[in-house]
Amino acid sequence: MATSVKVLKRPKLNLLEQTYLPQVMAGLVTTFKHVPQVKDTVSYPEEKWIPRDGYRGLHRLNKDEDGRIKCVACEMCSSACPAHCITIEAEVSPWEDREKIPKRYDIDLLRCIFCGMCEEACPEDAIELTEIYDFCGYIREDFIADKDTLLHIYDLTADGNYYRDLERSQKLFFTGHKGAEDREVSPEYTRNLLKW
Amino acid sequence: MGLESKLFGGSGFMSTTVDQALNWARKNSLWPMPFGTACCGIEMMATLSSRTDMARFGAEAVRFSPRQCDLLLVAGRVPIKMMPVLKRIYDQMPEPKWVISMGACCSSGGVFNTYTMVQGIDHFLPVDVYIPGCPPRPEAVVDALIKIQKLVEKDSTARFAEPQIIA
Repeated sequence: MATSVKVLKRPKLNLLEQTYLPQVMAGLVTTFKHVPQVKDTVSYPEEKWIPRDGYRGLHRLNKDEDGRIKCVACEMCSSACPAHCITIEAEVSPWEDREKIPKRYDIDLLRCIFCGMCEEACPEDAIELTEIYDFCGYIREDFIADKDTLLHIYDLTADGNYYRDLERSQKLFFTGHKGAEDREVSPEYTRNLLKW
Repeated sequence: MGLESKLFGGSGFMSTTVDQALNWARKNSLWPMPFGTACCGIEMMATLSSRTDMARFGAEAVRFSPRQCDLLLVAGRVPIKMMPVLKRIYDQMPEPKWVISMGACCSSGGVFNTYTMVQGIDHFLPVDVYIPGCPPRPEAVVDALIKIQKLVEKDSTARFAEPQIIA
């Protein structure tokens, strides 16, 4: 079988091309074309993206008109949860209109996958997912959101303006954050958790 | 291993001054080592892209060699079979180093409470910052990066003066 070989010659550059300046300038033209264009970057800590309605972020426990917790500790949410991250302990309600209220309502936020099944399952519209999406922490224990934390998140997000009021994210706390200021600044803390 | 700890071991005036300068430099040039095994890895790539630009914090120099990195970004599921690899990557990174555990799966196992999955990489690695979410938004990753920078600021070379025993 005859094979045909095509020999390519190296193109001869003239003096200007040998300086590579036209090519460099052509590249810079593309660069500077992008300068006047609209910037895509959101400078995050200063300006924050506002989620649409129905965004599934951090949970909250709703309150009714009298400021009482809406939850009746029926455990529909914890049985619907695919990650088994909700722990509920009930106690007898002090009010006439219901039998039980939660004594303890803990959500393991590290276990949670924010699917919204708890919200779907809740017959009282007591648990709801809010628009809060940026909450990181240094310590595992911080991510157990207890009843007080979840009610506090309701106060922060009740009017739906959490990200329009940038001061408000400073007020967000988790269980451990209340007394965790010294641990937060100590890099040894997490390292000492596990000695090699 | 932190060369400066050999020079000015202990916590004298020199070492604290050098600490401040080095920590300032370190916190503004964190080099992440990406360990993306699942959907969180995609969000990690989105964090590096133009919308939430990690280059604003000097952390855009992603290196795929652990010997050049000082921030391990674990994103995604870590099965038991993968854990020795991750541990080895962590061991290969030079001190000082920090670890971010991103997403539900590697922070706690998430929905995968099964016999194959590591139920949180902090059983094996010292995690500095956890990011909850499935997957977290890129903004949350930037938030974690800012928190790591706060840790780096407060870091001291004195802790490298004591010998560390590595199994």
